[in-house]
Amino acid sequence: MALYSEKVMDHFINPRNVGIIEDADGVGEVGNAKCGDIMKMYLKIDDNVITDVKFETFGCASAIASSSMATELIKGKPVSEAMELTNKAVAEALDGLPDYKMHCSVLAEEAIRSALEDYNSKK
Amino acid sequence: MKIYADNAATTRMSKTAIDTMVDCMNNLFGNPSSLYKIGQEAKERLESAREEIAKIINAEPREIIFTSGGSEADNQAILSAANIGKKKGKMHIVSTAFEHHAVLHTLKKLENLGFEITLLPVHNNGVADVKELEAAIRDDTCLVTVMTVNNEIGTIQPISEIGAICKERGVLFHTDAVQAVGHLPIDVKAQNIDMLSASAHKFHGPKGAGFLYVRKGIILSNLIEGGAQERGKRAGTENVAGIAAMAAALKESVSNMERDKANLTKVRDYLIKGLSEIPHSALNGDAEKRIYSNVNFSFEGIEGESLLILLDMKGISASSGSACTSGALDPSHVLLSIGRIHDVAHGSLRLSLEENATIEQADYIIESVKEVVAHLRSFSPVWRDLMSGKKEFILK
Repeated sequence: MALYSEKVMDHFINPRNVGIIEDADGVGEVGNAKCGDIMKMYLKIDDNVITDVKFETFGCASAIASSSMATELIKGKPVSEAMELTNKAVAEALDGLPDYKMHCSVLAEEAIRSALEDYNSKK
Repeated sequence: MKIYADNAATTRMSKTAIDTMVDCMNNLFGNPSSLYKIGQEAKERLESAREEIAKIINAEPREIIFTSGGSEADNQAILSAANIGKKKGKMHIVSTAFEHHAVLHTLKKLENLGFEITLLPVHNNGVADVKELEAAIRDDTCLVTVMTVNNEIGTIQPISEIGAICKERGVLFHTDAVQAVGHLPIDVKAQNIDMLSASAHKFHGPKGAGFLYVRKGIILSNLIEGGAQERGKRAGTENVAGIAAMAAALKESVSNMERDKANLTKVRDYLIKGLSEIPHSALNGDAEKRIYSNVNFSFEGIEGESLLILLDMKGISASSGSACTSGALDPSHVLLSIGRIHDVAHGSLRLSLEENATIEQADYIIESVKEVVAHLRSFSPVWRDLMSGKKEFILK
């Protein structure tokens, strides 16, 4: 059996929404290089709806796939809905992650939340 | 192109080893402890394997104990030396910070039992200093254990010098030679080695077979009780097919050693030169005092597991010291021991070459690694911070 699901591999090889947003309304960065994972999320928000989202990730395949999937799950969604995003939803959307990689999905949830909090604090 | 470049993890079995193994399984199913002909034929095969292996490392056949592999041999050697030391009131052991975990975890166990362990630094080049080792030996030191070749960065340790010092100081010397046997010449007498561990699957033999060389007169403690096999020091019906295949593989590896060394040294150095062209990268471990099959690089701003998976998709099998590849939180203790900080240790790549590796393959590896590193850096927030000057480069 392969280490990762086909969905994880797809999002790892072809990550969606990669990059940065220069005039982002909210930016969140979580993790640290010591642990081997850093995720940075950029949000563009209009009328409390996430109109654009970009990410950059330093980390393993599941960290990259989790970031990519998380951006897909919140793009076009109201801020209130994005705030509810859980790591479990990210992992499930990826057809599961190995147990010892679940923290990657937690990091994705935290990165989104951190960016949303940044947005809220600027309002 | 398919390139297997993880020979420090395991090697593919040679045809000679497979043929030997199959022959034993077909024709020598007997238990070597049985007195009838079928048993004795298996016994003969076992003993001829012992003789062949002993000859290759310049030992006596009775000094070879067959084990399940390198880890068991390491455990038994170290625990035996500790038991001998304890009886004399000597409870200090000297080793290095970058030993294999089969050694380090056994030492940890002994530390919990009251032994004192000194782990020598291995410096930025990944080579233990003989003078520091000599200074670390005390009157109550019962064992020095230093690996012959490091399994991650391939650095060759000065074991002949260490053996001479240990002999002079009356301290037992064990070396984990798992990465060296079959690839570098070993002479246990000339190098004053008291105990040595080896594993068959690192030189194209089968998994589940290994041996421990123990100089005669050194009393081993059993890890496994329950029978008179291996002169009562390792119970359990012998893995005849595996052991015979190990001997066959070792013989073959040693006979090809000079040729393989010449070829791989050329390919290794070509790879080192090519990968050095990647900006903000560095070779891990000494470039000269290094086994001819090992290349180990760190690339700043990326993480090793992603690198490995993308290389795998290009047909290249390699490994990394990144924590993410092992499920651990910390990256490789070996890379940390040579002063690579976490950020850089996570972005490491180990290539351990197969004997028939070619320059053409090296070109493909270099091209692939360059492409994959650039890709991963293109969306790494760490790389962005390094490039914008927000963070300082560690690897210049």
